[in-house]
Amino acid sequence: MSLEHKVLLTIPMYPDMELAAAKTASVLAELMDFEEGQVEEIQLAIIETCINAFEHSQSDDNAVHIEFLLSEDQLQFKIMDRGIGITPDILDGSRLLGTPGVHPDLRKRGRGLQIVRSLMDEVDIESSSNGTTVSVIKRKSRRTA
Amino acid sequence: MLNKFDIQIREGQEHAVIETAGYLNDALGEKLSEKARELIQNGHTQLVINLEQTTLINSIGISILIEIIEALEEREGTLNFCGLSATQERTFRMMALAKYAGIYPDEESAIANL
Repeated sequence: MSLEHKVLLTIPMYPDMELAAAKTASVLAELMDFEEGQVEEIQLAIIETCINAFEHSQSDDNAVHIEFLLSEDQLQFKIMDRGIGITPDILDGSRLLGTPGVHPDLRKRGRGLQIVRSLMDEVDIESSSNGTTVSVIKRKSRRTA
Repeated sequence: MLNKFDIQIREGQEHAVIETAGYLNDALGEKLSEKARELIQNGHTQLVINLEQTTLINSIGISILIEIIEALEEREGTLNFCGLSATQERTFRMMALAKYAGIYPDEESAIANL
């Protein structure tokens, strides 16, 4: 794929609609010839980012807007909501710690963005009282011949 | 054969295997949690969760797996996972599940190492 292409998708904030975004991302990543494991990583990253928007944005339009940018060596996706913005304690998960479990390292909630950061190459978050945009880049791994 | 979203239980004499299929989110996770708690209450404290046909696991699904680990620890039980994809295994290790539950490539080795 030599040119840059853009794909737009809007999903309502209903349970399991994150799968529509994940399926779209999967199709695009496969078309771009990403490796199977990377396709799964992209799916999981987009699921976690959408769930964060569903849970925290409180947007009036009740929708998540996704922009996929396809280029030669990377897939970028921007996940946008028009909600109230997210605060640092949501970003790092500390607000959702809740009652500590038996093992402090087994935190049950607030790990979504940590998963996204660990699986993707770049993650950038812009948030204000007008909404949040999470920009994510996944580069294709270099295959050995 | 498992349905798209399904749970199957296989009970042995000293262990039980729970196999899930589909997207492990809050809905399937709650079904899984319910089955695991039933097994634990019936004395099965050696459990294997086979995720071979579980296509995706989100962080809410993982939080429910953590609850099962904690429930088993209260009964001094053991939990082993098997059938994870490379991405799932990486996520489990990052979220520290691998410290408190075993991860094995297949059901046979997961049962053997309970």
